[in-house]
Amino acid sequence: MLYESSPVAIAIFAAFVLSVVGLSFYLGRKGQSAKGYYAAHGEIHWFVNGIAFAGDYLSAASFLGICGMIAFNGYDGFLYSIGFLAGWIVALFVIAEPIKALGKFTFADALDSRFNSRGIKLAVAISTLVVSIFYLIPQMVGAGDLIVPLLGLPHTVGVILVGVAVTMIVVTAGMVSTTWVQFIKGSLLVFFCGILAAMILNRGLVVGVGPAANLTPQVRTVTPDGTVLIDGQPQSKDHDLRPVGTLKALPDRYAGKTATGPLRPLEYLAALEDSTIVTWSSKNHSDAAGTHTTYSPVERKGSDLLKPGGYFKGLSTGKLADRLDFASLMLALFCGTASLPHILIRYYTVKDAAAARKSTVVGIAAIGAFYVLTLYLGLGAMTSGALDPTSTNMAAPLLAKSFSTTLFAIISAIAFTTVLGTVSGLIMAGSGAVAHDLVENVFGIPMTDHEKVRCGKIAAVGLGIIAMVLGVLFRSFNVSFLVGWAFNIAASANLPALVMLLFWPRTTKQGIVAAVTIGMLSSLAWILMSADTFEKVYGWSREASIVPFSQPGLVTIPLGFLVLVVVSLLTSPAPVVRRHG
Amino acid sequence: MSAHESRSESLKLAPAATASSRIGLGLFWIYVLLYAGFMALVLFRPDLLSRRPFGGVNLAIAYGMGLIAGAFLLAIIYMAACRAVEGGGPPRS
Repeated sequence: MLYESSPVAIAIFAAFVLSVVGLSFYLGRKGQSAKGYYAAHGEIHWFVNGIAFAGDYLSAASFLGICGMIAFNGYDGFLYSIGFLAGWIVALFVIAEPIKALGKFTFADALDSRFNSRGIKLAVAISTLVVSIFYLIPQMVGAGDLIVPLLGLPHTVGVILVGVAVTMIVVTAGMVSTTWVQFIKGSLLVFFCGILAAMILNRGLVVGVGPAANLTPQVRTVTPDGTVLIDGQPQSKDHDLRPVGTLKALPDRYAGKTATGPLRPLEYLAALEDSTIVTWSSKNHSDAAGTHTTYSPVERKGSDLLKPGGYFKGLSTGKLADRLDFASLMLALFCGTASLPHILIRYYTVKDAAAARKSTVVGIAAIGAFYVLTLYLGLGAMTSGALDPTSTNMAAPLLAKSFSTTLFAIISAIAFTTVLGTVSGLIMAGSGAVAHDLVENVFGIPMTDHEKVRCGKIAAVGLGIIAMVLGVLFRSFNVSFLVGWAFNIAASANLPALVMLLFWPRTTKQGIVAAVTIGMLSSLAWILMSADTFEKVYGWSREASIVPFSQPGLVTIPLGFLVLVVVSLLTSPAPVVRRHG
Repeated sequence: MSAHESRSESLKLAPAATASSRIGLGLFWIYVLLYAGFMALVLFRPDLLSRRPFGGVNLAIAYGMGLIAGAFLLAIIYMAACRAVEGGGPPRS
């Protein structure tokens, strides 16, 4: 669909970006020492840190991706919400306090706290960079994708805009400014999603009218010269794809009515379950005239959309490989959160273990509230009659547009700023890995406090440039893959080493190096050999894949634990026998 | 540091072996059971998730929201328990 840029969206976005960059310059004097730059002096209040956790964690994938997946496929998008939130249980109950006690600036500090090993620092620094870059790419691509319809600017401009803004935020005051940007973003995101959910409930369910009620199939053709045709005619403002996603019939108890009126949260879900909804499926085929995508309406019961199996088809077909694939994804989501370097370094910004614990609880409250709201946002979008059949990512902004253009502008600007918060955290984590872990500890280059900060800033600029280049290069890449990759690699490489270091006294430095290296490489290799990658990245047949399912976590996370145990036992000193008495 | 001391150092109790971490681990396993129960239903008995035992809302939504609310509830319990342990001195054996 074609979009008109909104001057209000541009104004709100510009105001936000200028405000946070201005704030970063104001806070700049607080990031002049290494402790200030990398850990905000450990002086961030636990409540601010908790909301900043939400700002750091709730990326474009969470906001746009989950809403879109629920809007187009029903309940299965909510499974992502459940998995993403469950990961915080590992962070709170297993990781939070020990990592605060063991570390200083980076994740490598914690893993190396008992050993002083260059091998550990090198392996963990590389793992941090790999995970951060895999997480960075979808954020940057997402920024570019958003800016085209929302602000009417080219994709590359969106990528550069985010890259420059984030680099400025990180370089001016490091973790201090990053924290405040994430705090502001987290607050705005949860607050405005709450407002949007309240408006959905107040509107209730309405039987579709207008263009979205037209259920004739639509065909979008991209000709070999790049021209886009809609139903055989050139695409224009007056001849475009119709918006989709409508309610066809209300439950019997609303017989004779076309709208339910305001509903309470559980009433809304119950009424939707008894309604009839029209979703749209798409099918591609190519010929000499171009690539044709046919969008066709599918009438479905609400009760079918509100149970698992709409997106993860294997749950309904019962194929073992599909079930294992799903179980593997949910395991990676559960284990991945507490292994993401940009999340872990946030524990160094508070003063002690108790503050780390309290900030995680605040984070769980904010993130949990947000994920509950995603269900209402996704279902509200599903029946809003405003969905773009070509883009699941636009579901939340278009839902807002179905209420008012001002709300659309606000939600669009917030969607864009979700990228700023997450990318700044990722660049901060990468900057620490390069300057503190690699340059100072692995290469052994001695640095004064001032030089450590300067090195971190140079690394941040370098990472910002890399992020912009990758965001442009990967613009046509399926971004959801990369988020899944980042979680799987983080969980496979980092979690076994971290958990065993904390809970198994016989863990050795060789065991940690082996677990991080094997976990990272095995998960990467599995992903590159998976059926999903074969089909959607290489364009090859799924059947040619040599691994039984696409998500590696079910195999590579236990493999990381196994490698650590075996190598530690092989390299462990003999137990010391103590005499008592 | 002698080789003997080095070995003793490497075999010390891990840092997480504290009262609050024991509480945390207990709550962690409770949540793991809840999460695993949900996964088992999704994977092996999805038909049960279509049932509507709670005011018209099906079990898939009720259990999913319960997991999110449960995470927050356990977090609050953890906070309170840690405060009691830390405020009341070392736990009695």
